[in-house]
Amino acid sequence: MTPSLLSTHDLACERGERLLFEDLGFELGKGEALLVRGGNGHGKTSLLRILCGLSVPAAGVVRWRDQSIIRAHEQYGREMAYIGHANGIKDDLTPVENLRLTAALGGRELDLATAMTALEHVGLSRCMDFPARVLSFGQRRRVALAGLMTAGALLWILDEPLTGLDVHGVAMVEQMIRDHVVAGGLAIMTTHQPLVLAGLTPKTLSVGG
Amino acid sequence: MLKFLITVIRRDVLLAARRRGDWLTAQFFFVMVVSMFPLGIGPEPSMLRAIGPGVVWVAALLACLLSLGRLFAHDYRDGTLEQMLLSPYPNTLLALGKALAHWIINGIPLLVIAPVLGIQFNLPAEAVWILVLSLAIGTPILSLLGSIGAALTLGLRGGGLLITLLILPLYVPALIFGAGAVDGALSGTGSEAHLSLLAAFLVMSLLLAPWVSAMALKVSVE
Repeated sequence: MTPSLLSTHDLACERGERLLFEDLGFELGKGEALLVRGGNGHGKTSLLRILCGLSVPAAGVVRWRDQSIIRAHEQYGREMAYIGHANGIKDDLTPVENLRLTAALGGRELDLATAMTALEHVGLSRCMDFPARVLSFGQRRRVALAGLMTAGALLWILDEPLTGLDVHGVAMVEQMIRDHVVAGGLAIMTTHQPLVLAGLTPKTLSVGG
Repeated sequence: MLKFLITVIRRDVLLAARRRGDWLTAQFFFVMVVSMFPLGIGPEPSMLRAIGPGVVWVAALLACLLSLGRLFAHDYRDGTLEQMLLSPYPNTLLALGKALAHWIINGIPLLVIAPVLGIQFNLPAEAVWILVLSLAIGTPILSLLGSIGAALTLGLRGGGLLITLLILPLYVPALIFGAGAVDGALSGTGSEAHLSLLAAFLVMSLLLAPWVSAMALKVSVE
């Protein structure tokens, strides 16, 4: 049993007046992946936002390295990367500028060469100098994924990472997540589509009824 | 941490430079509102001098309110706001950086335009100088307090009007002391008291506003 880095128990979430889920708990350690399953509207995104620290749970505490993520906000921010439904990139900046800005906001230096390599890896080698506004939804999603690659985070929290991607994109993301987990990283994902991580058996968590 | 603050400010300034149209609109609005008054009220010099400080100050206030709606809205919609809230730095620093950037982009141009408008209202040089000084101390207050309103109304419909209703009462002290300082210069009773109170208000805003804005942001993003 790998020692757990991320743990929570008795987690409950309310949206409006409704109780979405309660008594939820899991532990995740290095080199482990977690797939969150559940129907639409059952609280998968809410769970992920609680795990990031963006939402406050109705009950329960999320712990990273045995410290509440609210108290360890800065350390958690350094070691965790989140991609939600919105891409988290500025339309007025080019992909390269977006990556370098995201890195700077995270307290990291990202040189031009590394940024370009990451963008080439996700298949955006021809779009690097256009403002993100002119890119398609799937291309903007790839910029966000390139950001994930350069973030150097230990824990990845991904909300439907396959949305908007074509077949090659899906394969690329699966490879990315697999490589990350095999190298000792942690990954939590929600997805409606089948997500295959070759050679790995991720834990699963069902949310809601 | 200082580097993060500077990065936030530089980011907003860069983004504003890429959308110059929005920025120019606010500046034109300021100039046009102020210029309407001599046209509407009549060009009598002593009356213009009497209303000048108040008019410029109210116009600065309105121009600031106009641009506040955008402070967090774009970032909220494209998901970059929540990314910045997750960064390994205190959220109060983010709120402070956004407010300061707002002042640099929207407040400082007012300082440059104000002398010209002061002359339009027949203010003597001494009063124009006090006008610029009062705006220099007051416009950061407007940005800081305004960021609270912008954070609270994020994602709500009718946001612009709501911000106005919430924040206008908070702006009143700055308006009174700011315009009052210029009136003091005009009437010879001196402006130190007004400017000192304004400066104290600025210090209070610097300490409290980022903290309140950050809390409001966390609630709005949930």
